[in-house]
Amino acid sequence: MTDRVQLFVATRKGAWFLDGDAKRSSFAISGPHFFGHIVHHVVLDPRDGKTLLAAAKTGHLGPTVFRSSDRGRTWTEATRPPAFPKVGDGGRAVDHVFWLTPGHASEPNVWWAGTSPQALFKSHDGGATWDSVKGFNEHAMYGAWTGGPQDGTPDGPKMHSINVDPRDAKHVYVGMSSGGVFETTDGGESWAPLNQGIAADFLPDPNAAFGHDAHCVVQHPARPDRLYQQNHCGIYLIERPATRWDRIGNAMPKEIGDVGFSIVVHPKNPDVAWVMPMDGQTVWPRTSIEGKPAVYRTRDAGKSWERQDVGFPREQAWWTVKRQAMCTDHVDPVGLYFGTTSGEIWASTDEGAHWSNVARHLPHVYAVTAARLPS
Amino acid sequence: MNVRVPSPLISYTGSRTQVEAEGATLAAVLDDLERRHSGIRFRMIDEQDRIRPHIKLFVGGRLARSLAEPVAATDEVMIVAALSGG
Repeated sequence: MTDRVQLFVATRKGAWFLDGDAKRSSFAISGPHFFGHIVHHVVLDPRDGKTLLAAAKTGHLGPTVFRSSDRGRTWTEATRPPAFPKVGDGGRAVDHVFWLTPGHASEPNVWWAGTSPQALFKSHDGGATWDSVKGFNEHAMYGAWTGGPQDGTPDGPKMHSINVDPRDAKHVYVGMSSGGVFETTDGGESWAPLNQGIAADFLPDPNAAFGHDAHCVVQHPARPDRLYQQNHCGIYLIERPATRWDRIGNAMPKEIGDVGFSIVVHPKNPDVAWVMPMDGQTVWPRTSIEGKPAVYRTRDAGKSWERQDVGFPREQAWWTVKRQAMCTDHVDPVGLYFGTTSGEIWASTDEGAHWSNVARHLPHVYAVTAARLPS
Repeated sequence: MNVRVPSPLISYTGSRTQVEAEGATLAAVLDDLERRHSGIRFRMIDEQDRIRPHIKLFVGGRLARSLAEPVAATDEVMIVAALSGG
């Protein structure tokens, strides 16, 4: 079994692949794929190890999904990309596909996609054709749950963080930048909000059932009842079947706070997670705090956090790391990777203790995903 | 009729910047274009049949406001990817 890692980097101007050496110390870069396209996510299917899906659009052209069955050597476009049902003028239109998640291991051709405006789509044929998940997209509460186009992220509210329960294909969590976390237990037919305990400083009702701004939600693969969430208003953990989130970000240093976009978990140890704090003060600069980048790790499910910044610039480094731009790999010790909006890729091969820059001069990075590189 | 294709869409036309399509309305021309160059239509027309924000379609030199625009056999259809760089 190889310990080599391949990174799929999605950027505002295309996608690049980074192939790590055996030590994960240097990465050979290739690309661009879809040069000039706005690529929000590139994801390898762990069920076959060779199918890649990429979510793309351009400044001019509408959204689509590209598929590769040979790990990116050749690509074909979806014959029916995610799109709302036609209702005529005034109807919703997908602006961009933001998020891609492979389906459950028992459903080898199923994929899920999240879009802006916020909606959920599903493919049953490996990404060639996509259907609207009507149970969510046409739910009587859809408008109330998702808000309008003015809500959410500056370039449009996002449906993201699609987590398929490894124990049950019909149990799925999603996150929305305007709406919060929602859950289905029947494969998408019915949905319920899951936001109790989450602060919503921007809403008049502090105990609102929905309307929250989830930035990134991760169901732990080794302990699926545990979910971590980086929210606009802090870092949270929930232990199902409880329905109330605990703000584990309260244990972060006060001068750092607990705002950020991404959160990633150790693939085997459910107590270990990493965040990349972003400045959430005043007008929300969303950069490394005081220009001093740092990752924070918990090893006790959020009871305490430790700073990890060895190898990072010591000052004047104003990084922004977006919600899908941080990931872990499959190797022991676990590798960590993230990309910045200034086009740098940083890596750690020792669970965050030391960091090195492995690529730079790329466009604005939207997403970084990692996969085992075949030998 | 002749259809002029901008560079962002030539991946659908085998790199050709001018292709043939037929139809009495812009909608029909685009449907024919889609039959000949699968996938091209959705990149410029959304699922509600609206012309996407940064796409402009000219029929015989006239800016088309909707897909109902009539097209004469002598007209040229010009697809323009309007300013949206950077």
